[in-house]
Amino acid sequence: MSITEIYIAWMTIVRKEIKRFMRIWVQTLIPPSITMVLYFVIFGNLIGERIGPMGGFDYMQFVVPGLIMMAVITNSYGNVVSSFYSTKYQGNIEEMLVSPTPNWVILAGYITGGVARGLAVGLIVTTLSLFFTHLSIHNFAIIVMVVLMTSILFSLGGFINAIYANSFDDISIIPTFVLTPLTYLGGVFYSIDLLPDFWATVSQANPILYMVNAFRYGILGVSDISVAWAFAVIGFFIVVLFAYSMHLLNTGKGIRK
Amino acid sequence: MSYALEIEQLYKTYDNGFTALQGISLAVQEGDFFALLGPNGAGKSTTLGVVSSLVNKSQGQVRVFGHDLDIDLSAAKQLMGIVPQEFNFNMFERVIDIVVQQAGYYGIPKVEAKQRATELLKQLGLWDQHKQAARTLSGGMKRRLMIARALVHRPKLLILDEPTAGVDIELRRSMWAFFEQINAQGTTIILTTHYLEEAESLCRNIAIIDHGKIVENTSMQSLLRQLNTETFILDLAEELHKLPESSDYRAHLLNPQQLQVTINRQQNLNKVFEALSDMGVQVTSMRNKTNRLEELFIDLVQNNQTEITGA
Repeated sequence: MSITEIYIAWMTIVRKEIKRFMRIWVQTLIPPSITMVLYFVIFGNLIGERIGPMGGFDYMQFVVPGLIMMAVITNSYGNVVSSFYSTKYQGNIEEMLVSPTPNWVILAGYITGGVARGLAVGLIVTTLSLFFTHLSIHNFAIIVMVVLMTSILFSLGGFINAIYANSFDDISIIPTFVLTPLTYLGGVFYSIDLLPDFWATVSQANPILYMVNAFRYGILGVSDISVAWAFAVIGFFIVVLFAYSMHLLNTGKGIRK
Repeated sequence: MSYALEIEQLYKTYDNGFTALQGISLAVQEGDFFALLGPNGAGKSTTLGVVSSLVNKSQGQVRVFGHDLDIDLSAAKQLMGIVPQEFNFNMFERVIDIVVQQAGYYGIPKVEAKQRATELLKQLGLWDQHKQAARTLSGGMKRRLMIARALVHRPKLLILDEPTAGVDIELRRSMWAFFEQINAQGTTIILTTHYLEEAESLCRNIAIIDHGKIVENTSMQSLLRQLNTETFILDLAEELHKLPESSDYRAHLLNPQQLQVTINRQQNLNKVFEALSDMGVQVTSMRNKTNRLEELFIDLVQNNQTEITGA
């Protein structure tokens, strides 16, 4: 395929993916918005006032970047895992597999779809958060880079989950038992400085901690860990998951007999 | 001679240990209308799956218009259109979107894709439904949608895996006319079907596959010439209580007013009519009991079964 043809094939997948989550916006865009508003009200307004300042900011300001990140993570992951699995389940994955579209373009198309939903939800949640607190921008480039890289990483995670999934139950196992606990323990609601040394060290094995902190740095200018190190960790996981996704696609795992 | 498809020593063993293909070799000439027949589970869909790259082969070589799938898969895919056995489109998408999207996967710009999709949907009688979700279509419409989708990138080789399954006879015949038309325009077609009448009337060459092996691969004409006997059903004006006897044909009554007669191809039916006439019985109508290809197909598959079981 020529570069133009590859671009058309990639855009076809991206358009299809965006159309899909926009068509079912009541299921894809509204629920995370409601959930986050509840977090803002309960953790930020009601409980937050009693908790007091954290990291030099009031609790609401501290918690909002983490909550935005949480929405980006769950939605970019959820978009790819549900879309790719239903494509597999209905058999229309074959439409792409019989075509000359290269595997990396298929993967890039789904990642872009996941990133698009992650960004859309992230924007909605950010806008809603402005009703509850004031957000400043410490470093816009870092904000954009972290959000993009995080949504790429979790789109890849969703893709791998969808490849291995054999039923609709399988696509909710990882989000429920892995993603949610890691997100809650990834410094969304607290600074790891509050933890005893041992648990603070253990927390550093959680990749979500790096994303939340790097994003918080972009907004508030404070972070529990080095931002450069955070980018290195996210970049490393992207490379590993991308290589593994390509391996799965090239060998036909779960999609070719 | 140029070939649209060449398969050499193709083997496929699935992960569960089942060997679906045991070294099949086939060649389909460019421009041909080729039938690949076989009983259920014989290996037809596996063969077509390997050709369309949906099934990983265990061993062997496949070339599409000279492009080896192991070396130049992308070029081979560009030349093929696949109509699978099962409905495999997104049931929630609109008919037009399914066809336009498929064109996109082949790198066709959207404006051109829309023009081609419109043309095909009109030709296949689906234009009135182009804005409907695919799930609202009838079975026959869904089959035609898969044909439109497979043709949108104008393939030189069209693979039809039971394209008329579950379609009523009127629609089936209009689909046959459509296939004949695109074949006449130069598209090579490979067809698998359980309707042997379909294969007999459309295809020029044929391969019969059974238990993962090719048991026959020849032209339709020479295959049909192998048929030694033919069976007729005669409808009688009067009831018949005694069978006409002769060594030239075999006869038996299906009911008192229906006689089944099997004759050798070298013989004619005159002696049957003479015998019935002597018995004072008139023949009101007559027809072939089965399609000729069906008889051969059953013979070939049964012979292969006997060889395998050694019975």
